Amino acid sequence: MFITLGIYYLAPWVRWDRGFNAPDQAILIDIPNSRAYFFFIEIWPQEVYYITGLLIIAAVGLFFVTSLFGRAWCGYICPQTVWTDLFVWVERIFQGDRQKRMKLDQSSLSFNKFWRKLATHLTWIFIGLITGGAWVFYYNDAPTLMSQILNFDVPWSVTGWIIALTGSTYLLAGFGREQVCNYMCPYARFQSAMFDEKSLIICYDESRGEPRSPFKKGTSWQGRGHCIDCKICVHVCPAGIDIRNGLQMECIACGMCIDACNNVMDKLSLPRGLVRYDTELNQKLLEKNREKKINIWRKRTIFYLSILLITSSIMFYGLNSRSPIELHVLHDRNPMFVQLKAHKIRNGYDIKILNKTHEDKVYALTVSGLERAEIKVLGAGNISPENLKVFADSVGHFRVFLTSYKQEHLRQNLTFYVEDVKTKIIQQKNSIFVSGKE
Amino acid sequence: MIQDDKDKHIDEFSGIETTGHEWDGIKELNNPSPRWWVWLFIVTIVWAIGYWYVYPAWPTFSGDGFRGGTQGRINWTQYKQLEESQNEILSRRAENLEQFQKNSIEDVMKHPQLFAFAVAGGKSAFKENCAGCHGSGAAGARGYPNLNDDDWLWGGSIENIYLTIKYGIRTDNPKTRASTMPSFKGMQEEDLKQIAAYVMSLSKGWRYTAEGKTKYEQMCLFCHGQDGVGNPSLGAANISDSIWLHVEDSNPGIVSQIENPKHGVMPAWEGRLDDATIKQLAIYVHSLGGGE
Repeated sequence: MFITLGIYYLAPWVRWDRGFNAPDQAILIDIPNSRAYFFFIEIWPQEVYYITGLLIIAAVGLFFVTSLFGRAWCGYICPQTVWTDLFVWVERIFQGDRQKRMKLDQSSLSFNKFWRKLATHLTWIFIGLITGGAWVFYYNDAPTLMSQILNFDVPWSVTGWIIALTGSTYLLAGFGREQVCNYMCPYARFQSAMFDEKSLIICYDESRGEPRSPFKKGTSWQGRGHCIDCKICVHVCPAGIDIRNGLQMECIACGMCIDACNNVMDKLSLPRGLVRYDTELNQKLLEKNREKKINIWRKRTIFYLSILLITSSIMFYGLNSRSPIELHVLHDRNPMFVQLKAHKIRNGYDIKILNKTHEDKVYALTVSGLERAEIKVLGAGNISPENLKVFADSVGHFRVFLTSYKQEHLRQNLTFYVEDVKTKIIQQKNSIFVSGKE
Repeated sequence: MIQDDKDKHIDEFSGIETTGHEWDGIKELNNPSPRWWVWLFIVTIVWAIGYWYVYPAWPTFSGDGFRGGTQGRINWTQYKQLEESQNEILSRRAENLEQFQKNSIEDVMKHPQLFAFAVAGGKSAFKENCAGCHGSGAAGARGYPNLNDDDWLWGGSIENIYLTIKYGIRTDNPKTRASTMPSFKGMQEEDLKQIAAYVMSLSKGWRYTAEGKTKYEQMCLFCHGQDGVGNPSLGAANISDSIWLHVEDSNPGIVSQIENPKHGVMPAWEGRLDDATIKQLAIYVHSLGGGE
């Protein structure tokens, strides 16, 4: 719980030096300037496919872990669980354990009840507030925004987000709790599809526990199961189920019942593990008194793992071969071509050069595939195909005219090249030269 | 609905009152509206009253009909909002516009920002005012010049384009430029064909007769020049290139233009567009690629 919370609250404060002209926040989604930064990765809006890749990796990773260890995501990492646990923890501090809480709820309103309840809710709202507060740091420079928040000088959009997230945190973790998992969360539903009988799930060892009955000191364990029917596993369950009835849809595999039952078993000097992580298959084998086995390499897991590896390598390749230049060429459609006086034909192009580096660049534009081509760039001042200036981290938009003669193919294929004059990095794009109606 | 108890119709299955209406033996139960719905309805009424107070709501009668309306506490109207956003745009443009008006066309052409301002403004003005004849891509049509190419009847420098837009061609404007191609109706058909053949030879290198060349030099050369290169100061077309405005580049086409010359009219935009817009248009048209 504290690891995941720690990551959430501290991540926006991690710095990452990107040099001059760029934010130094490691994880930053800069919406006004439409850039996203993630450590060494920096993406422009049209490169949103990297996010697709990231989401595929996340989804398949979830499938993979689920098929191996059951709903480990739900039990350990899911923000809903983490924040619910945090809220329950707060509740316990102010209102005591479960029995005390139930008593408090039933008691009539008194000062004692009032301040305990008030303190709980205020702490919840405060946690919600810093949750929303941390969220907005991912979208703004964290230190700047922090000082803004402390000075109550925050843009209204940020305030809105903080309020919305405060509210949702308060409602979902304070009141929604397991209802969110049961009724709102789609993952909970389709994670069931990832299970098979070899997945690790939380099981109650029926062969050892039954027949259950309350235990009195001094009586024998002969002829009865190890379950003393203390119902502590039911009480601790955040989803409110009885694990002794077998795996259920609501189970988020948080393992709280395991911890609770192990404590009881320790007190009774019985071996731990009446409730434990195990597979359904092992349970069946156990009933037949056969050897347990855990099989990690199954068709299902190998399939998920291979998708995971393929997607990751594509992403890795994509990010590694990402060029600092991007070239877009749009051939004019109205008019498609222009007949000039001296039997020449001219075509117009809108050319965009994306400079993804953090320094101003000069590019040279050339064309191949068109004979006797004259290339001209429209613009004021000192502008020529060899001298196209694009500012750091921005897009240069140029009107380019190609003039040549009527071609053998009325739709002649050609290629534009743009070269960074200093680094000699080249980027190319195919286009056409139209020299007549077909 | 006020009804006596006697008039009440009770459905015998559900024990709920019915509306008393009957359609082919089917009666409608008169269940009360859901409570939440009733409250929501009341809330909307209360909301509406607040809304009437804050925003303009009710039309008022003002002599010539329901034109005006209640003003509303915050004095907001859509017209005001429109005006504000338009003023915002104007004030954003103001700085560039001022610089643009101050500078000569040559200076604008040296200044990337002003140039971009001119092209952007010219482009939108072109779509609004010029595209009707010249086409949205300025590619023109038969009788309406293509402004993308480098063939200009009245000159393709920015200054000439500016004059053409401002004063028009063959208009009533006192500063308009105009010329008339005389009709050669009544000439021998054979002569016409030979002249046309010579004109075709100028652009396509086809065969011609010595008589045709002689006739051309006698009658056409004064305006269209040696080798048919035309004369922009007279608006005489270049007839040696591959661009034809009024007729097809064929012998009969050229004959028809000699016999019944067609002339285009470019309206004058002075007084209809302000000078800055005309200047922007001239720069935009020049930037289409064919400008001289």
